Amino acid sequence: MDSSMQQAPLVEMRGISKAFATVRANAGIDFDVRPGEVHTLLGENGAGKSTLMNILNGLYIPDSGTIRVKGENRRFSSPRDAIAAGIGMVHQHFMLVQVLTVWENMIMGLPGLEAILPKKTVIKRIQDISTRYGLGVEPEARVWQLSVGEQQRVEILKMLYRRAEILVLDEPTSVLTPQEVHHLFNTIRQMTAEGHGVVFISHKLDEVMEISDRITILRKGEVVETLSGRNVSKEELAEKMVGRKVVFAVDKTVLNLGETVLETDGVCALNDRGLPAVRNLSLSIREGEILGIAGIAGNGQRELCEALSGLRPIQFGRVILMGVDMTGAHPIEFIKAGVGYIPADRKGTGLVGSMNLRENFNLKNFWRKPYSRGIFLSWENVAGETGRIVERFGVATPGLGVPVRNLSGGNQQRLMLGRELSGTPRLIVAMQPTWGLDVGATEFVRDQLLRQRERGAAILLVSEDLEEVMALSDRLAVIHKGEIMGVVDDPRGVTEEELGLMMAGIPMSAAVRGERSL
Amino acid sequence: MEILVPILSAAIRSGTPILYATLGEILTEKAGVLNLGLEGLMLLGAFSGFSATMVTGNPWLGLAVAVLVGMLVSAIHAFLCVSMGANQVVSGLAITMFGTGLSALLGKAYVGETIRGIGVMPVPLLEKIPILGPVFFNHDPLVYASYLLVGFLCWFIASTRWGLTLRAVGENPRAVDSAGLNVTLLRYAYTMIGGGFAALGGAYLSVVYTQMWVEMMTAGRGWIAVALVIFGIWNPLRAAFGSYLFGGVGALQLRIQAAGTTIPAPLLLMLPYVLTIAVLVAISIKKGKGILLGAPAALGQPFHREERD
Repeated sequence: MDSSMQQAPLVEMRGISKAFATVRANAGIDFDVRPGEVHTLLGENGAGKSTLMNILNGLYIPDSGTIRVKGENRRFSSPRDAIAAGIGMVHQHFMLVQVLTVWENMIMGLPGLEAILPKKTVIKRIQDISTRYGLGVEPEARVWQLSVGEQQRVEILKMLYRRAEILVLDEPTSVLTPQEVHHLFNTIRQMTAEGHGVVFISHKLDEVMEISDRITILRKGEVVETLSGRNVSKEELAEKMVGRKVVFAVDKTVLNLGETVLETDGVCALNDRGLPAVRNLSLSIREGEILGIAGIAGNGQRELCEALSGLRPIQFGRVILMGVDMTGAHPIEFIKAGVGYIPADRKGTGLVGSMNLRENFNLKNFWRKPYSRGIFLSWENVAGETGRIVERFGVATPGLGVPVRNLSGGNQQRLMLGRELSGTPRLIVAMQPTWGLDVGATEFVRDQLLRQRERGAAILLVSEDLEEVMALSDRLAVIHKGEIMGVVDDPRGVTEEELGLMMAGIPMSAAVRGERSL
Repeated sequence: MEILVPILSAAIRSGTPILYATLGEILTEKAGVLNLGLEGLMLLGAFSGFSATMVTGNPWLGLAVAVLVGMLVSAIHAFLCVSMGANQVVSGLAITMFGTGLSALLGKAYVGETIRGIGVMPVPLLEKIPILGPVFFNHDPLVYASYLLVGFLCWFIASTRWGLTLRAVGENPRAVDSAGLNVTLLRYAYTMIGGGFAALGGAYLSVVYTQMWVEMMTAGRGWIAVALVIFGIWNPLRAAFGSYLFGGVGALQLRIQAAGTTIPAPLLLMLPYVLTIAVLVAISIKKGKGILLGAPAALGQPFHREERD
């Protein structure tokens, strides 16, 4: 038994239920946190983790159930109530105001704040807390100047500044390099040592096993089981989380590489704010090859993918597809040349939510025979092919005339994948293709990409999930601030730590040498 | 210098109504609400200020009534945009049409009437300073109040807790909500305060500047104010500079006309509006290069807490 088991819980949630329209997000959930422990909420996307924590944080009001803080019944009708009760949440999407400084973000909305902002005392207190918990940050910096990892530190600092006793960290590691994760875990241990209770939300099993005292597994809005974080195996956790046995290994055959499909030479592109996002980027991919691009979110990945599918102007450099210079070509030229693009924001760039399955298929095929007949469209042919995609890619839908926003994320992804792969593309640009999908859909998407590779397609796979790029890629490049830090010829021969250093901006030669000499 | 002084003095005076509307719109937009109803609010302010002055005989009471009317009408905008999540552009245009029509209809009876408005009150001592005195300190009290207001707003936005909240709510309402503040209440408040300022600007025209009521007397000043908010990158001090620049162009063209020139009068009358377009084009070019960082990130976007993406 843990020593914390004897202590009364800091917070106790009993029988929490919450529904959104027809979706049952939480159904009768019990959850508690004791002082000095890390209690993990484990579950797939859509299992109800974030909903439960948004209820604890006062953002959502539960349909039924009770919350007790230190033995007292509480009703939270707004985040202010939760903050007053000592509950602080670090959201997956940070609740920071980009144009404000760190110290301004720290006190924004603080109850009982002086009328004239007490800058000096605030900065002094930030420095005290950051030294104590190892959360180094520049108080006068503006948030938009900070890296994602630093912004997360600001969020945690903000909660400690508000004297939160219970900290909820929603998927905190998804935006960090392995080194930063290590640093975060040290901070968490420091917080629990001082008697704070920490709720850790994640679906990354290795991390969960490293940091948790207890683990509560959620599936489809219900608690599967609460178990001790010690002496639990990865397979056991995965099975309880998904509801069936999960195979972790990816089955990949050795292929002979064909001709070079894509070659870029010193490509530079700007982001939406007009600042350089892709810098002097050169890479090449051959038939039957998956080139993985690893990196922390926001390091030019989206801009790179858009430049390679003709959606973003290229400032300098050249893009060569099958020996043809495509620099500056219109997106439809890229489509005609056989480029399939799977964007990260499937509801934005990928699909039109209010349009049905047929229309969404037609968006990228309307110019092509047999879907176009002169100036008319052939809706029979469109429907025929859309139906075949629905069948082949296992899209669960009530019909072809349903707006795609009514489909689940996994089914939207299957539809988009089907559309992009149906024309037997030569190059597939896939950005975060498994983001937000459940385990079944993830396996399906990965399997489809591997099949395309076997067929001889060249694939550029951009992912923030290190495990995913390491498992699928034949070669692996790491991107930092729009530049390639290095290309690893054998993803199995490199450690996560070495990749982490490259993700933090250290070129490969130094990263590999540095690690080896330690 | 001798020729410039009266032009600069006139620039301050005719820039003041635009300045009040611009300052109000800065507050509204900083809170994340776009109010394109300025022109209508100014007209309603001009009419209600004039008629209240006529009825009560007290121009200060007239101004107060105008502010009240501006706040009430902009509360309609706040209700539509903040509570109902309506399109802010459409709602703002509706307010402008509503204000234009209503002020013309109710104002028919007041055309040609005169009132005793607020006159010039030179500031003792300061008015004696060469050049600066006659340019800045030989005006009516509302001009002096606008100087103080510019300084106050700069300080308020940068250095107070309410200013901090204001800057945050237009940038990231979700963050403000999770900090436990009421986004809806804040947006209502600043939309209504902004509407009050716009109406005050309109009332300045009828109660102080011309001391009469003419249909459509704002002549597009509300739209110029909308453009000046962007020109001033949401900063009160730059907005003041912009307002006086526009006021100066208006005053200058009058003097050119009076001096007798071969340039047709309609072309001269166009000057402030041509300048507005030029300013907007210049700013858009800058924006394309990513220099414009002043715009509140959540401007024009409604906020709902439980909306899931």
